[in-house]
Amino acid sequence: MENQYAIEMLHITKRFPGIIANDDITLQLRKGEIHALLGENGAGKSTLMSVLFGLYQAEEGVIKKDGREVKINDPNDANALGIGMVHQHFKLVECFTVLDNIILGVEPTDKFGMLKKAEARQRVVELSNRYNLQVDPDAKIQDITVGMQQRTEILKMLYRENEILIFDEPTAVLTPQEIDELMQIMKNLAAEGKSILFISHKLAEIMAVADRCSVLRKGKYIGTVNTKDVTMEELSAMMVGRNVNFHVEKPEKTPGKVILDIKNMSVKSHSHSGDAVKNVSFQVHEGEIVCIAGIDGNGQTEFVYGLSGLEPLSTGTITLEGKDLTRTSIRQRSLLGMSHIPEDRHKHGLVLDYTLEDNIVLQRYFEPQFANMGFLRRNNIRQYAEKLIEQYDIRSGQGPITIARSMSGGNQQKVIIAREIDKAPSLLIAVQPTRGLDVGAIEYIHKQIVEQRNRGKAVLLVSLEMDEVLDVSDRILVMYEGEIVGELNPKTTTPEEMGLYMAGAKRQ
Amino acid sequence: MEKNKTSFLKKPAVQTLLASLICILLGLLVGFVVLLLINPAGAWNAMKTIMLNFWTFNSTRGQLKNLGNTLVKTAPLLMCSLSVLFAYKVGLFNIGAAGQYVAGVGMSLFFAIGMKAPWWLCVIMATLAGALLGAISGFLKATRNVNEVISCIMLNWISLYLVNMLLAPYMDINMSETWSLKKNFPAAVLPTLGFDKLLNNHQYITLAVPLSVVIAVCIWVLLTKTKMGFELRATGLNKNAARYCGMRDRFNIVLTMAIAGGLAGMGASMYYLTDMIKWPMAVTAVPAMGFNGIAAAFLGGLHPIGAIFSSFFIQHITDGGSFMEKIYPAEIAGLISAVIIYMCAFVLFFKQQMNKDRRSGKKGGKAS
Repeated sequence: MENQYAIEMLHITKRFPGIIANDDITLQLRKGEIHALLGENGAGKSTLMSVLFGLYQAEEGVIKKDGREVKINDPNDANALGIGMVHQHFKLVECFTVLDNIILGVEPTDKFGMLKKAEARQRVVELSNRYNLQVDPDAKIQDITVGMQQRTEILKMLYRENEILIFDEPTAVLTPQEIDELMQIMKNLAAEGKSILFISHKLAEIMAVADRCSVLRKGKYIGTVNTKDVTMEELSAMMVGRNVNFHVEKPEKTPGKVILDIKNMSVKSHSHSGDAVKNVSFQVHEGEIVCIAGIDGNGQTEFVYGLSGLEPLSTGTITLEGKDLTRTSIRQRSLLGMSHIPEDRHKHGLVLDYTLEDNIVLQRYFEPQFANMGFLRRNNIRQYAEKLIEQYDIRSGQGPITIARSMSGGNQQKVIIAREIDKAPSLLIAVQPTRGLDVGAIEYIHKQIVEQRNRGKAVLLVSLEMDEVLDVSDRILVMYEGEIVGELNPKTTTPEEMGLYMAGAKRQ
Repeated sequence: MEKNKTSFLKKPAVQTLLASLICILLGLLVGFVVLLLINPAGAWNAMKTIMLNFWTFNSTRGQLKNLGNTLVKTAPLLMCSLSVLFAYKVGLFNIGAAGQYVAGVGMSLFFAIGMKAPWWLCVIMATLAGALLGAISGFLKATRNVNEVISCIMLNWISLYLVNMLLAPYMDINMSETWSLKKNFPAAVLPTLGFDKLLNNHQYITLAVPLSVVIAVCIWVLLTKTKMGFELRATGLNKNAARYCGMRDRFNIVLTMAIAGGLAGMGASMYYLTDMIKWPMAVTAVPAMGFNGIAAAFLGGLHPIGAIFSSFFIQHITDGGSFMEKIYPAEIAGLISAVIIYMCAFVLFFKQQMNKDRRSGKKGGKAS
């Protein structure tokens, strides 16, 4: 009987000191299928893939390719077996062209060692036509969109004639349209006989594209299901181990007085000569969550930079509780009651090589309770950190002295949220607070944001996720090319209507 | 949440120490091989001389004298290494310690000889000169994003030739170097505070030696215990996050370079104001002290306390090298320190090797 599996990982167990990262995990990838690997952050997905790529050796279990047992000692072995991977963070040389990146490492050369680029180029064009992967072979990586960069990565695998394609959280960096395109590409690839392993924790995408789904939880194998036989709720319960409430519970609340008042705000763009934010005016009230929705790159980042003081305004004023903040420093704004959960927690939110406790006091280390006569009051910092760790259920290896870098994404985000909320702000700015997090963490963060609103704080949420916008907000402002093009009521609007505003097809 | 008791070998401090010792051993080994190649017969003795330095002298007097000489030279080296490591902790590479040191020399001697100023004023002016030079690099980095390595290297030469010009009028023509301070300007010589008594009334031991150690401790306290250190390190590790938290990231960069420069400049005054060394006429090469400071900083594991020992060690073998039989070039000691420094680049590698288990464990730890 012909073997139906392209790759089988049978009863894989991988231990690290003090922890079993993979505990008897079985993953069988059929030929020509799209198989999703679902699990929360830290469930053991990465470890399993590292075992498949020979980066780690499993203590127990076997790997089979086409029914034959194989030994994978390093990534070269994996490549030789036709296993390729698109990493979440692309491995591309920025200043090389698409073509150069594709052939990098497997350059075709003549007998004098000279590159035969024309030949390579022809193959790349052929491949890109065959799989409908549009790229410009001569464009430099730094000049092309993230979507095209990802297609370049896919072409890299195809150029190497890989049969087993692994996508590691491929949609995290894409716009909604690009996600749709990617889904189609994956289906095409599977139809052409490639076997695809799709690592994700986004349930909707898994339901849309995968044939089967294997679920991991806390290093254990929970099961494999056909996606058409299960609902999203069932999948999420398998992943988290309990039922997750997708809908955010939110009592009715009448907004109070104006907290934040923005008038005619413009911020200069870094990529072109004009303004990235154009003449934006709106207000946020007490006990209200206002959400700025829009497709990535429509000025949201610059808007938040302007509001938080990271960038100067070119025009306009910002007033917080009646005080003019337009020309004040970042520190001043923070002291006057502005908290900011930044978009990029690694770039802005944390000093990754600082400990958890140092990150907890990053906004307040200078306050008398934490610093006296220029010296840090370590005991107080420790106590305060321990309090927040307890209160916000921040999990880490070594408690307050854990280096932030070693923590999981969800817990890193919790550190930032604990820090920003505990400052007791009058305005909380949360920018994509759930990006890259699993459902459990998302649920938690949404709860915290709503809790702040219920306590009468003003919340400004900037989000790219349609569901988040509709679920959490009390009022939606859609930003398109730096302008507010519409104000919508989440209770009455539909995703379709919002999409029209987000795409610039409609405006009020 | 489990609390792993880190075993002795996994402690960062122990690892840094071990890695540094491995570097030293490898450096000595290479030095020994070179000695063998030059002349196998005396190689072992020569090696012993380098290692023993002042202990090769039979009389206590000779030993104390040479130990003292090494200590006097250790003080400026330590200051330069503090300068480098302080900047490094804030994410800046102060290759300009050499130039800041030269500026310190210039100001020390100009105020000592030209202005007939007392020693403390000379020290202050030397510190300020170094700080100013450092601040220029810091300012260029903070406002114009000029790489501090480039601006530092250029400033090294600018400072060297300016100091040549500045000190030209104060040369003892017979000796082709600046006037002896002890004979002509005793007010500018650093006070001994009795420390010379400890080493048999050593001629050049002054408060500089203990002061440099005190400053090392101060730098350690500043970096780890104070609000300012917290801000500076945060800026060095992630300047975007520092900015987001309302720290003055640009100011911090200038301040860091100014402090680093001040340390190097002060180091120069701690050496030249002992009168053990003078500035020769028309110097054409930047003195090595600042560059050796880089070596000492790395060998000391970029830790202010480690720098105390590494600075002494480097000075120790350098002086030892000068006592070898003349068939061997004294530069062997330089070679050994060079290899050690080279190996220091591998300190990180050694540490990673020692940490191999822990690192993968960390990754697994995420799953908890």
